Amino acid sequence: MSLLQVNNLGVQFQTPDGLVSAVNGVSFELQAGQTLGIVGESGSGKSQSVLAMMGLLAKNGKATGEALYNGQNLLTMSPKQLNGIRGDRVSMIFQDPMTSLNPYLTVERQMTEVLELHKGMTRREAKKRAISLLEAVRIPEAARRVDMYPHEFSGGMRQRVMIAMALLCEPEILIADEPTTALDVTVQAQILSLLKDLQRDFGTAIVMITHDLGVVAGLCEKVMVMYGGRVMEYGSANDIFYQPSHPYTIGLLGALPRLDHDGSELVSIPGNPPNMANMPKGCPFSERCTHVSELCIGTLPPLAASAANPAVLRACHKAPQELKPSVEVVAHV
Amino acid sequence: MSDKKLILSVRDVKVHFKVKGGNDWPWTPKKTLKAVDGVSFDLYEGETLGVVGESGCGKSTLARSILNLIPATAGEIVWMGRDLRQGSEKEWLAVRRDIQMIFQDPLASLNPRMTIAQIIGEPLRVHRPELSSDEVMKRVRAMMVKVGLREQMINRYPHEFSGGQCQRIGIARALILEPKLIICDEPVSALDVSIQAQIINLLKELQREMGLALIFIAHDLAVVKHISDRILVMYLGREMELAEKHALYDLPSHPYTRALLSAIPIPDPKLERSKQIQILQGDLPSPINPPSGCVFRTRCPLAEAQCAGERPALRRLSADTQSSCLLA
Repeated sequence: MSLLQVNNLGVQFQTPDGLVSAVNGVSFELQAGQTLGIVGESGSGKSQSVLAMMGLLAKNGKATGEALYNGQNLLTMSPKQLNGIRGDRVSMIFQDPMTSLNPYLTVERQMTEVLELHKGMTRREAKKRAISLLEAVRIPEAARRVDMYPHEFSGGMRQRVMIAMALLCEPEILIADEPTTALDVTVQAQILSLLKDLQRDFGTAIVMITHDLGVVAGLCEKVMVMYGGRVMEYGSANDIFYQPSHPYTIGLLGALPRLDHDGSELVSIPGNPPNMANMPKGCPFSERCTHVSELCIGTLPPLAASAANPAVLRACHKAPQELKPSVEVVAHV
Repeated sequence: MSDKKLILSVRDVKVHFKVKGGNDWPWTPKKTLKAVDGVSFDLYEGETLGVVGESGCGKSTLARSILNLIPATAGEIVWMGRDLRQGSEKEWLAVRRDIQMIFQDPLASLNPRMTIAQIIGEPLRVHRPELSSDEVMKRVRAMMVKVGLREQMINRYPHEFSGGQCQRIGIARALILEPKLIICDEPVSALDVSIQAQIINLLKELQREMGLALIFIAHDLAVVKHISDRILVMYLGREMELAEKHALYDLPSHPYTRALLSAIPIPDPKLERSKQIQILQGDLPSPINPPSGCVFRTRCPLAEAQCAGERPALRRLSADTQSSCLLA
C-alpha cells in the first residue's frame, strides 16, 4: 500500500460570485521515500490541493474526494485525529518563512511545543532535540541561537528553522509549498541540497510544490503538471522533461529562458491564465492552446494513460504525435 | 561596441544612507549603510545592460540613483555629456523625458484611481503640454496596440487587469515619450513563466523597433542572459564582474559569478543532477559593516590573505571581461 493515496480530490470555495472550483479530480500516489513535484502557475490549484489534505483550507472552502494516509481518510477526520497526524507524521513547510513563524515566541518555544504535544517530552528533552535538529539543518551556534526570536534570523536561516521544525517528529511525509521561492538563488541552492541530504538520512517522502521547473528537475522523481485546477500531465521527471506530451507542458518548457543553451526568441504561451470563477467548459487550457479543436472546447479531456508511453498520464484529446511537429514550427517562427 | 554612441556613463557612484541600529541609544551616532559603494559602467545606444545580484546587493538603489529618485551621495552620472548630479530641477525634467523606468510590482506601480488612458497619457501631459488632448488620446491608443493591449480597454482601471497586462500598461507608460533609455527594475519577477516570456519578447521587439537602450535589473540570471548584451554582477553594493554576455556565462572570471551561475537550477533532470553546485557558506554580511578589502572574501572559496587588504576595483582581463577579483 502506498503511503499517501489521493483519489479524485476536489476543492470548492463559496464566494460572493458563486461556487468556485479551485481543484478538480486530482489523484496521485506517494510511496515512502519518494519525491513528487507539483508544478503549475499561480491559480493552478497546486497549493489548495495540499492545504485541503492538511485540513488548512479557508473557512469558505470544502474538500471532496479522498486523501488516504495509511488507509485513513484525512479529509473526513475530526480535527482531533488530524492534529495527531499533522506536524507529527505529515508536516509542512510554507513559502514565506517570515510570516509562518510566530514573532512573539522564541524559536525554542515554537519547536519544543511540537515535541511536548506529539511526543510527550519534557521541556528539557525537547530543547535538546530542537538544538540537534537545528544543527542538522546547519544553523551555526544552534545552542545559542535557539533562544532567539524569528526576526533575529535572515530569510534563509528562517527557512532552515521551518525545515527543522517540520522534521522534529521525523515525519513520513514532508509537504513543501514553494519553500525556496522567496529566497535568493545561492540560498535556494543551500536549502535544496539540505532537503536532499535530509531525505537521504531520514527517508522522508516529499511533496514539492513549485513553479520553478529547474527545482523539480533536480529533486523530484515524479512530476504532476497542473493548470486551472486540473492535472494536465503526470509522469516521471525524465518523461515530463524529455518527452512532454501535453501542449501546456511543452509550452511551459519552451517559455523558460535557459542557461544551458541559447535561444533567440522564447516560445511564449499566448493569452492569460484562466479565471477560476468562469472556467471554459472543455479543457481548461483550450483558450490558450495552439492545437485547439472543436472537441477541446466542448468536452473535458479525461486524464488517461498516454498511447505512446503508458507510464505517463495526460489529459489531452490530441495524440502525442499530433503535437510534436507543429511545436517545432512554432519554435522557429 | 566602440563604434556605438556612448549615452550614459556612471563613474564611482555611491549611495550611502545614515541609519540607526536597532539597539542603539538615542545619542549613539548614526551609522552609514553603503547600499551602493563605487559602481562605474558605460552604456551605449541601443544596448542592453543586465544588472544581477541577490537581494540587498544595491541593484535597485543603483537604478534609482541614475534617475535621482534616490540621490547619489558621490560620483558622476553623465547622460549625453552632461553631469546629472549637478543638474537643476528643470534639467532633470528634460532628462526624464529620455530616461524612463518600469517597476517590479505591476499593480502597485499604477495609480488605482486613474484609468488606463490617464495613466499612459500622463507623461505626455507633463512633458508635452503643447499637445492637444485628441493628439494625446491618439498616441495612447497607438501605444496600447503596440504593447498588445486591446483599444477597448482604454477606460478601465488597473484592478481589472491581470499582472501581465498591468506590466504591459507600465511599459506603454514608459514608452509613450519615446525615451532613449528604459530602466527595468525586475520587470518580470512577479509574473508567471508563460507571461514572463510574453513580456520579455515584447521588450526585445520594442527595443529593436525603437532603438532603445535598456538597463535590465533582475535576480534571475537565465532571464538576464536572454535579454542582455553585457552583464554587471553586483554583491554588497560593489561590482564583482562586468562582462559581455557569452564571456560571462562561458568563462566567469569572478568566484561569486561562478557560485551564482552554479546555483541556478537547470530544467533538465540529467544536467541538473550531474552538475557541481558550489554552495556558498554563511550569510550575506551587513552593508553597515562590510568586510575590508574584497567584500566577497568572507564567503569566497579562494580567499587569500591579500584579499583582506586593498579594496579591489574592476580591472580589464580581456576585451570582453572586467573583474574585481585579485586572483582572476
